[in-house]
Order: sequence, then structure tokens, then C-alpha cells
Amino acid sequence: MTDATQAGSMVPAKSIISVDDRTKKRHAAEKRFQAYGIAAIATGVFFLIFLLGSILFNGVTAFQQTFIQVPIYLNPMTLDPEGNRDPAEMAKVSTFGYAPILENSMASMIEAQGIETDVEPDGLDALFSSSAAAQLRNRVLSNPDLLGQTIDFNILATSRVDGYFKGRVSRESIARDRSIDAEHLDIVDALREEGSVVKRFNLAFITGSDASESRPEQAGMGVAMMGSLYMMLVVLGLSLPIGVFASIYLEEFAPKNRLTDIIEVNISNLAAVPSIVFGILGLAVFIQFMEFPQSAPLVGGLVLTLMTLPTIIIATRAALQSVPPSIRDAALGVGASKMQSVFHHVLPLAMPGILTGTIIGLAQALGETAPLLLIGMVGYVATNYPDGIASGFMDPNSAMPAQIYEWAKRADPAYYERAWGGIIILLVFLFAMNAIAILLRRKFERRW
Amino acid sequence: MSIYKLTAASAAVMIAAAGPSLAQSRDNVQVAGSSTVLPYASIVAEAFGENFDYPTPVVESGGSSAGLSRFCEGVGENTIDIANASRPIGESEIETCAQNGVNEIIEVRIGYDGIVFASQIDGPEFTAFKPSDWYLAMASEIPQDGAMVSNPNASWADVNGDLPDVEIAAFIPGTRHGTREVFEEQVLLQGCEDIGAMQSMTEMGMSEDEAEEACMKVRADGAAVDIDGDYTETLARISSNPDGVGVFGLAFYENNTDSLKVATMGGVEPSVETISTGEYPVSRPLYFYIKKAHLGVIPGLKEYAQFFVSDDLAGEGGPLADYGLVPDPELASTQEAVANETVMGNGS
Repeated sequence: MTDATQAGSMVPAKSIISVDDRTKKRHAAEKRFQAYGIAAIATGVFFLIFLLGSILFNGVTAFQQTFIQVPIYLNPMTLDPEGNRDPAEMAKVSTFGYAPILENSMASMIEAQGIETDVEPDGLDALFSSSAAAQLRNRVLSNPDLLGQTIDFNILATSRVDGYFKGRVSRESIARDRSIDAEHLDIVDALREEGSVVKRFNLAFITGSDASESRPEQAGMGVAMMGSLYMMLVVLGLSLPIGVFASIYLEEFAPKNRLTDIIEVNISNLAAVPSIVFGILGLAVFIQFMEFPQSAPLVGGLVLTLMTLPTIIIATRAALQSVPPSIRDAALGVGASKMQSVFHHVLPLAMPGILTGTIIGLAQALGETAPLLLIGMVGYVATNYPDGIASGFMDPNSAMPAQIYEWAKRADPAYYERAWGGIIILLVFLFAMNAIAILLRRKFERRW
Repeated sequence: MSIYKLTAASAAVMIAAAGPSLAQSRDNVQVAGSSTVLPYASIVAEAFGENFDYPTPVVESGGSSAGLSRFCEGVGENTIDIANASRPIGESEIETCAQNGVNEIIEVRIGYDGIVFASQIDGPEFTAFKPSDWYLAMASEIPQDGAMVSNPNASWADVNGDLPDVEIAAFIPGTRHGTREVFEEQVLLQGCEDIGAMQSMTEMGMSEDEAEEACMKVRADGAAVDIDGDYTETLARISSNPDGVGVFGLAFYENNTDSLKVATMGGVEPSVETISTGEYPVSRPLYFYIKKAHLGVIPGLKEYAQFFVSDDLAGEGGPLADYGLVPDPELASTQEAVANETVMGNGS
């Protein structure tokens, strides 16, 4: 015992309990490394929160819209000059014929509520959307008996008025604006106190069609959503079977030789090709050579299929590889053919992985804009709801990300808000798809 | 899930998708081209869909040149019916069209568009622009004492003492845009002629074409930035650069008066009125071109064209003028030409 203490006191302290310098250094290095890691995560989380925050902050207002409730007297003299209540005859009065009716009704409402203003009736069109005339016309044409009555009509306020209630437009910012004056804002302030102008949830933003540049208040995402839906049907219908068959063959049947190696490498390469390249390919092959129609979701779907295929093939092969060889051996051992072992045992076990990969691939395709620019899906395109399955695939349409891009570049700042709102809708879809993928994996995945 | 079901489902999708494509004929008007004309075309298309029994026409953007090249791809349902352009169709484009069987083209002028210069709302005041200032600020080389020297001007005050002393940072439309051509011809070339730079170039032994080219060649040292995107991109660049000056369409400026301050040109502030009287010097006609072969084949094509140039839409006080289009004083003859389907180049 004494020997040991003597020996210990002779050598400089090297107890395993007290930490020596080198260990301290190593521990410090580890602490530092952990701190770097936490800093990296914190940066990532910060940017994510910032991104989501700014999306919500900018976009959430797009889901609300300002409406004006106006009692409108439908004058039969101007709307049905022939007097026979025949919708075909009445259709000759265009929306331009309905605009004065709206202006005059608005003027009499303002007068009835005792609001004093210098604005002439024909200057009141700065308050309500030009979509109102078309809405009113449709209503009258579908029900000619309304003529001669006074109906309560809910019309959209213009984007300027709407922006005023949302804080985007102020009295200072419209100082040099040609389309609205401070006097107009006085009117809407007074009308709001009377309860005739209300801001409320706007379902039409989710279900509606695109609108022209002069009426952002009417624009909606609905038709572009249908375009995305039909594109996704094409992508799912083509890329899932093609991808699954290709990967089953490569994984289970193909001989391992140079050729299959080259194919494998190129599938991985294909997954990294920028999506715009697929757009150019689609333009050259599907539209110029095969003469498919421009702007059709079918073509968009075909292009996105090309883009998604590598993702699905890679995911499927990973899923097939994760099925243990013992399953195959057992199947083969009891006399199953190679094909029976694959289709009866390996594929069902790999299915959750395949579906997860497919859904992630679809989500990627859903958010893709670049290839769609080249095949004519950007512009004033998403205007008519398809009338059937065939027209859904063939008629010109846009897609959600293309619609967002289009809105973001329009002149009226109100479209900017709608672009952010569109992003929220798109994100909801993406989150939902990813959630389904995670659920499928959790529920069905088997571990060995 | 069985693989057979999947296959069957996908086969069904493919048949549903591909089957009708071969038989179905197109029933909507398809338009593509200039992003400057797009807002007007979309306003017309929307009103057209509301007032007629035809489906709403489809209007794509992409630029005048892209639109015209698609227009000239040939005749048939697979090609567009109308090309929007912010400049007249060129000789070479007419030739390409003819080679592909597009022989009869109807040219329709819808009105005029002003080109405005604007800076950030909080930026310095640019109230003394003349075309020659832009030439001196933008040119790649300018003549000085009998020789071409690379542009020495770094600040706006260098070119004109009345302008603020801030660094030249101009965001001008890229060569893809029809607006660029107007900017070059009506601003740069005009300015070049105004101060006699063109004359000194010809005196230095340049041919007229060479001198014109030298007048319109834009410096590449970063003081002039080509914007290939839309006006929203120019706006974003201006917003982040207090000294920047950008080129916009009048309609775009009028929708963004809260963030842009317009510059005068030759002392005149741009507006629908000053442009229609010709006081404001920088404007250009806007066009669309119709394939005559498609009239009567594509339902609603002629109605759309006539509706576009009708007084209700393109006339004074119409929705297009409200949006920023300067109405064409000769609209009546345009209406007549559309009604008679007068094609280009017949002199009729």
C-alpha cells in the first residue's frame, strides 16, 4: 500500500479519477461538436419557422374577402328591352349593360343610408369588382322572373377596397392611384359601420377559377387544383406500374452484368436531372412530335411521370432489397417459381415501402413548376372547370404551383397576397401526402 | 393490393387519357405571346367567356418573340390561333410563317402602351430625364474628341447636372422583351441623334448602320442590368436598390403607385392622356395577330377578335383603358379590318 502511494506521488498525478489535459481536450471537442450540431439544428428550425411564419403572415389574408351587400332593382326596361322574358333575347344585354344598374343601385343605397359623398354614380365602379356584372347577369338569365324585383345581392369589393380593410392599402398609398380616391374610402368606411360591407371567409378562393389581371378579388385556386389532380392521376397511373415492374425485373430477375450496371447508374443519374430538362423533352416529344395539345394536364402528367420514375424506381428497389432473402429462399424451397415467390411474398412485403416512395414522388411532382412553364401551363389558363374525365385530361389547364407563379408575377399587389395564399393551399396538400406516407410506413412496415 | 388491379387501373387511365385525344377537336381559342399584352388579353378573355357561349380563351405568356415563333409553327388545331405582340411582326417572322404554311395573317392593333421610368418611392427624384441622358448613361461607348471611348459616366449627375448625383443603376428589359426594342429605338437611338453623337460617329467613318448599332449598344459594366423576367422582377430589384431606375409598362406602374415614383421624360409625366396626345414620347403600339386559316375552324375566334377591339372594351373608358391601355384613335378602322378579315400585305 505504501509502495503504491509512494509510486503515485513520484509520478505526476495520473489518477483515473482526476481528468488529465488530453481527456479534457477530447471532452471539450465533443462538447463543441454537440454545440455545432445544436447550432445547425437551431439555424434550420429558425429558417423553417421564419418561412412558415412569413407564408402564413402573408397568405392567410387571402382566405378572407370583402363583400358589399347591395339591394339591386332589376329594371326590366334595360335588361329585357323586348319584354318577352326570353333568356336568349336577354342574353344580348352584355355585362356592360349590367354595370350601370349596379352603379345606380349602389348610389341609391349610399343615399338611403344617409352617407354624403361627391362621387358620381358612374365613379362607384371603383368600389365593386367587375365580376359583379357577370354574376348578376348569370343570375338574371337563369331566372328571368327576377326582373322588376329588388334583390339583395352580395358582390365582391375591388382589390383596392379589400386591401384597405386588410391594411395593404392606406390613404397615403392611394394618393397617386388612378383607380380609387380617398372619397371612395370614406364611403366604404361609412358602409362598413352600417354593416353593408363585411369581410368574411372566401370559399371562392379555394374553389374558384383564375381571374384576369383587373379583378384579383375573384381569382381562385379550384381549377388549377383540378389540373394538378388530373396530372397526379396520370403520374400515378403510369409511374407506379412502370416503376414497380422495372425495379422488380432489375432487382429479382436481371443478370448482374455491365449492361444492368449501366442502367442502374443511369437511373440514379436521371433522378438528379434538373426538372426543366424534362420540360424541354416534353415540349419536343409530346407536343411537337406526338402532337398532343398544348397546356393539357395529360402532357404535364407525362412530363412529371418522367421526372418521378427514377424516384419511384429507387424507392421500390430499396423496399425490395429490405425483404430478407430467407423469405425468397423459403418460397423457392417449398417449390414456388421465381415469379410466384416475388408476387406472392416479396412484393406484398415491400408494398408499404413502395407506396411511401410513390407518395413522396407524387408530392415532389405536385410542387414542380419548371417543366410546366415550357408546355404552356402558365398564363391565363385555369379558367374553365373540366366538363368530364376526358376534358380534364385534355383541356388546357394550369397546376397549383404554376398558378402561384403566375399570380406572383402579376401587376396588382393583391395578386401577391393570393400567391402566398396559394402556397398555403399547396403546402396543406404536401403535408397531407407526407402524413399519409408516414402513416402507411408506420402501420404496415415490417422489420426483421 | 394486387399488381393486376394496379395494371388494370393504370391501363384505364391511359385509355381514358389517350382515347379522346385523337378524336376530340379543340373548341377554345388559344392565345400566346407578349407578357405586356397578357393583362389586356386576359381581361378580354374573361369578359368574352362571360358574355358568349364559347369557353373562355386560354392566354399564355412568354414574350412577343416566343409567341410569334409558336404562331408561325404552322396551321392546325395543334397550333395557337392568336399571337400577342408588343411590337410589329418582323420580316423574318413573316417568312418563317410562310414557310410553315401560315400565309394569311390578320394584324390587329389594339392600342398603345406607355413605357415609363420609375424609381423607388423613397429614392431620389428623377424629374429631368431626356432621351439623351439615357443614351449617355447606357451606351457602351460614346464618341469623344473624334474617337470612341468606353462610357466614363458613373453617376446620373455626370450625364445631366439636373439629375441627382447617384450611381447609375438601371434595370432595363432584356432582349427577349418587345419593350427592349422600343427602349433602344425611341430612347437610346433618339438620344444619340439628339445630341449629335450619331453625327460624330458617321464623321468618324462609321456607316449609318454601324453608328445606329453603336448608339443602341448597352454597356456591360454592371450599370445597366438586363431583366429577363417580368416587371415584378424589376420592381423587386428597384425595391432593394434605392438609387435604381427601372423600365416599366404604364399599366404596371399604375397598379404600383404606392411603391414606385415615376420619372418624367422631356418634362412630361406619363399618363394615358399625355401618351395619347403624343406629348409623352416613349410609347409603342400593341398588336395581336390572327391566323386567317383558323377563322371558321376554331369556334369563337372571330367573335373574340371582334370583341377585343369593340368600343365596349378597347374604347375610351372601357376596361382596357381603365387598366392602362392608351386607346387607339383609329379603332374604327381596326374594327372594320377585323370584320372584313383583311390580311396583311395586300395593301387593302
